[in-house]
Amino acid sequence: MTPVIRIDGVTKRFGDVVALDGVSLDIFENEFLALLGPSGCGKTTLLRAVAGLETPDTGHIFIDNRSQDGLAPYERPVNMMFQSYALFPHMTVAGNVAFGLKQDGLRGAELAERVREALARVEMESFADRKPQHLSGGQKQRAALARCLAKRPRALLLDEPLAALDKHLRERTQLELMTLRERLGITFVVVTHDQDEAMGMASRVAVMEKGRLLQVGSPRDLYERPDNRAVAGFFGHMNLWDGTVSTGDTVTCAVGAVSAATSLPAGTPVALAVRPEQIVLHAAGATPDSGQLAGTIADVVYGGTVSTYFVAHGATRIRVVRQNGAGPALERGQAVVLSWPVSAVRVLPS
Amino acid sequence: MLGAPWAWSAVLFLLPLAIVLKISFARTQIGVPPYTPLFEGGALRATLDNYRDVLTDSFYFGAYLSSLKIAAVATVVALLVGYPMAYAIARAPEYRRGLLLLLVVLPFWTSLLIRIYAWMGLLRPGGVINSLLESLGLIDEPLRLINTTGAVCLGMVYAYLPFMVLPLYARLERMDPSLREAAGDLGARPWRVFLSVTLPLSMPGVVAGALLVFIPCVGEFVIPDLLGGPDTVMIGKVLWSEFFSSRDWPLSAALTVTMVAVLVIPILLLQRVLHREAS
Repeated sequence: MTPVIRIDGVTKRFGDVVALDGVSLDIFENEFLALLGPSGCGKTTLLRAVAGLETPDTGHIFIDNRSQDGLAPYERPVNMMFQSYALFPHMTVAGNVAFGLKQDGLRGAELAERVREALARVEMESFADRKPQHLSGGQKQRAALARCLAKRPRALLLDEPLAALDKHLRERTQLELMTLRERLGITFVVVTHDQDEAMGMASRVAVMEKGRLLQVGSPRDLYERPDNRAVAGFFGHMNLWDGTVSTGDTVTCAVGAVSAATSLPAGTPVALAVRPEQIVLHAAGATPDSGQLAGTIADVVYGGTVSTYFVAHGATRIRVVRQNGAGPALERGQAVVLSWPVSAVRVLPS
Repeated sequence: MLGAPWAWSAVLFLLPLAIVLKISFARTQIGVPPYTPLFEGGALRATLDNYRDVLTDSFYFGAYLSSLKIAAVATVVALLVGYPMAYAIARAPEYRRGLLLLLVVLPFWTSLLIRIYAWMGLLRPGGVINSLLESLGLIDEPLRLINTTGAVCLGMVYAYLPFMVLPLYARLERMDPSLREAAGDLGARPWRVFLSVTLPLSMPGVVAGALLVFIPCVGEFVIPDLLGGPDTVMIGKVLWSEFFSSRDWPLSAALTVTMVAVLVIPILLLQRVLHREAS
């Protein structure tokens, strides 16, 4: 399958700062890809490079197999929705939508029809004659979306599309974006710093840090099978223990010898990662099959559906999440035994 | 809080204007002051003769018209020169903008009079420009550069350019750069981006700059006096000669009041237009 967008070894520097460091990524037809990372990780620069708003120092960007080298933004078949929405304040909503279409030479009835169609798609027909400054945040976002979609781009690039919205609007808009994308069948590339947002919306997430791509995969892949410490730490909470591989399938770490499936030679420094919800809490004296570990409950954080337990084992605090009501109540100070399946242990490069 | 600016306006603008207005209704007389009092023996002794002269004498009408024309030309040229300057400064790297703005206002550190004398030195028949062209063999006899209406326009553009650049810069610098980027992203070529987005959004700056250049240019005296010729009639020069040569204070006052009226009306109209656009 040929990708819609192929990013091939793109590097971009701003003075001494390396914004993008040899990023390669294929973005496919009909997918919802999220570029996720902390601010300053280069995700927005990458999006802008695809749009033609930044010129890569090295590397190339292809859209539909066509090199975009030297092509200005107005020559590229993608459109970008800016974080500030960048609606033209001196034009009405309809004028904003028509602006992009007029550049394609559309006039008269055809233009009017395309504008109406784009506004209908985001349920903004009744606001066609409003100026942007008389719109709410959510309405501005829809107007900006309509302006991009009217152009029927090969891919829609969205820079932090939800960042400017209220919390309660964010969730709804997230769902709307997903439905809209499915209905239109357009590739969406969204930049976000919010892992919940990325995991909730995207079919694939590319995690970035310091200008590099750390891992690309489905939200489930990234959560359950992170490739490295940074990705493991980025999504939810993770127990991370530094250690070294001993002989056999065992890693010696802060909590002792832990069974783990690894083919690395003995002596290799690694980090073990175990999700808090994969660990099972037993009352003291229990003898579970695998991964036993004794400890004392140091803290309990009650959270309605689930509670988080911090179990002290020597100097290490292990985070455990347990469904409330699944087993006997456990109190602070109580001695417990922890267990987990070997498959829950992920061996990462340290 | 609102009172203070109004008080300053009253003291510094309205009060002097009221005095001028008072004199404009008087008659000239030999003495100190050289005009008759407004009230004499408890009776109002106002006359509209001065205004009748100002409005009926075609010489004054011609002077007003020519002042407005010259100021308009200077304003348009200043806009054409100032807009690219303001645009370039607004898009320069942030650390360099301060220096560039300083260069724009740097001429203010020298008196206008001295700078206009410098232009005389450049433009006069034996001046820098003419001798350079002559030594290059491009001309046989000096070009008539000084004492022309063109020289007056040049001087005005030069003197008032910063007043055009600064409000334009302020407007362009505050403009969200993503608006231009969005226009490009939506398929507009750079020239189209400028005409459809940058220029319309900078209109308040254009209007402010144009007014700040146009208004002082209409009443300008020094520049037409030093760079203008006998056929350059401007109201500032007429005023000066009525006031100092003819010592006709009431007529000069009437000329002034008429000029303020001529200028205030378009200013108020423009302000209303701008206000409506903003809301």
